[in-house]
Amino acid sequence: MTVNRSAPAISARAVRKSFGDHVVLDGVDLAVAEGTIFALLGPNGAGKTTMVRILSTLIAADAGDIQVGGHDVAGDPGAVRALIGVTGQFSAVDNLLTGEENLRLMADLRHLGRAAGQRRIAELLERFDLTGAARKPLTAYSGGMRRRLDLAMTLVGDPAVIFLDEPTTGLDPRSRRTMWQIIRELATDGVTIFLTTQYLEEADLLADRVAVLDHGRIAAEGTPAELKRRIPGGHIQLQFAGPDALHAAAALIPDAVPDDDQLILQIPGDGSVASLRRLLGELDDTSIDVEHLSIHSPDLDDVFFAVTGHATTDPATGQEEKVLQS
Amino acid sequence: MTSVAYTLTDSATMLRRNLKHQLRYPSLTLMLAGFPIVFLLLFVYVFGGQLGTGLGGHGAGGRGAYLTYLVPGILIITVASAALGTAISVATDMTGGIIDRFRTMAISRGAVLTGHVIGSLLQTLAVLALVAGVALALGFRSSASALEWLAAAGMLALFAFALIWLSAALGLAARSVETASNTPMFLTLLPFLSSAFVATATMPAGLRQFAEYEPFTPVTQTVRGLLTGGPIGMQAIAAIAWSIGIALASYLWAVRLYNRRRAATPN
Repeated sequence: MTVNRSAPAISARAVRKSFGDHVVLDGVDLAVAEGTIFALLGPNGAGKTTMVRILSTLIAADAGDIQVGGHDVAGDPGAVRALIGVTGQFSAVDNLLTGEENLRLMADLRHLGRAAGQRRIAELLERFDLTGAARKPLTAYSGGMRRRLDLAMTLVGDPAVIFLDEPTTGLDPRSRRTMWQIIRELATDGVTIFLTTQYLEEADLLADRVAVLDHGRIAAEGTPAELKRRIPGGHIQLQFAGPDALHAAAALIPDAVPDDDQLILQIPGDGSVASLRRLLGELDDTSIDVEHLSIHSPDLDDVFFAVTGHATTDPATGQEEKVLQS
Repeated sequence: MTSVAYTLTDSATMLRRNLKHQLRYPSLTLMLAGFPIVFLLLFVYVFGGQLGTGLGGHGAGGRGAYLTYLVPGILIITVASAALGTAISVATDMTGGIIDRFRTMAISRGAVLTGHVIGSLLQTLAVLALVAGVALALGFRSSASALEWLAAAGMLALFAFALIWLSAALGLAARSVETASNTPMFLTLLPFLSSAFVATATMPAGLRQFAEYEPFTPVTQTVRGLLTGGPIGMQAIAAIAWSIGIALASYLWAVRLYNRRRAATPN
């Protein structure tokens, strides 16, 4: 395995991909430094999975220049495949085999040899807390165990670059925390990690750099701290009982952004006592009833909103445009 | 290791995987064997008494004679039935997530399909042995020499190889496992329109021509000639030509489908 140390582990320039008339990636540029965790953040349908499938040689881009570990994805996919490990969104395990047999299959396909394979398998079973279930069929595995096995299978060949497509989607909070821990350890070992997520908290916690993908374009890129600095402050969120109260309040406060579906009004502000007192005073004067009030300090959710102009809703439902545009 | 060595190693790995599947879940193999065995029993014990009397030149007629006539046909049906399993196992693989994992690994091309095809071939041979055992238990006796048995086994294996590639292609073409288990069904119907159950000479014109020219008849006649005596002639050449033709065309189709699939999967 050879990785060109001077080049970034992953670099992509002007990547385009359409399925029929549907443009999924519309000129994506990104670079991931070796040994770092990079998070591609975006709602369902933003093109995250397509990006992973292109970077991991599963599908070809329509246009663009993509290198992984210094090898061209289109020109030398074999060399890229020898370097990478991929854990997709959908479980990529053999359901008819046991956990150990799944790992054995990977060791054989990586041509590790009997003894080295055996050692690696034992090590991974131990590390992923699967030793007890090693000889059990996968039907006896929980969702979290399957996901751990999935990742363990990816690691059998010691890949230098790992792609994780929504690694924690559908996991319970405890399994999610375990997965985060594993991802951090991998990065400490010098593995480059490219992960996609729709959880802003996850990107915030794990990633060295975050790119926000929206409608096939990178809307913003930077460290989580840099991105959060782009948000002037937090906001105050008011919950109303009905649309009338919501609209009355929205008319009263010029900067406010109403959400008709959730009957929520977002008001930019840092939540200082003075600003709260003023706000509540105004609402009181006009006799608008507020059901609930909460104060949000800036997080990546706000970043997403700020850079894309809409919330992280699913474009497939057609909701994203009507929300929060004033 | 050279790339040829890798191809062999990877194919062997995939073969082991498929054999493990078969051993762990023998119900599919038993189902594939059950179909020809039920037909064997049905045709010998329900229809055999009457069908046997209609056999000219096959000894005294009756159930025993029909058993002798039928067994080569049943072995061909076994091959067709066992090939169904390939479509199901290929489609199960292609609709599952693991195929994407294989495609992101540096595995030699074709190892996945080779593993399926060789695995199915071994499965078919096992099922053939089982069905032949049942036929022998029912009283089937062959006049064949060891060499003729071997030649018959070779003919069945070659034809099985052809139908398995065809079934693999059908499994790749199917969008779901359900479709994959239905589309190759015609393979189990074609033997009925051949000399497997009754002599083609007894069929009406049109149907008879079809029966005489479709691949199952020369294969049946070749195996029948080898196992129970009787003329083979040009039938063997037709049987081998059909088998190689089907195998080659199906192989090319399957590889094309396998390669195209990766480009077509959206998102």
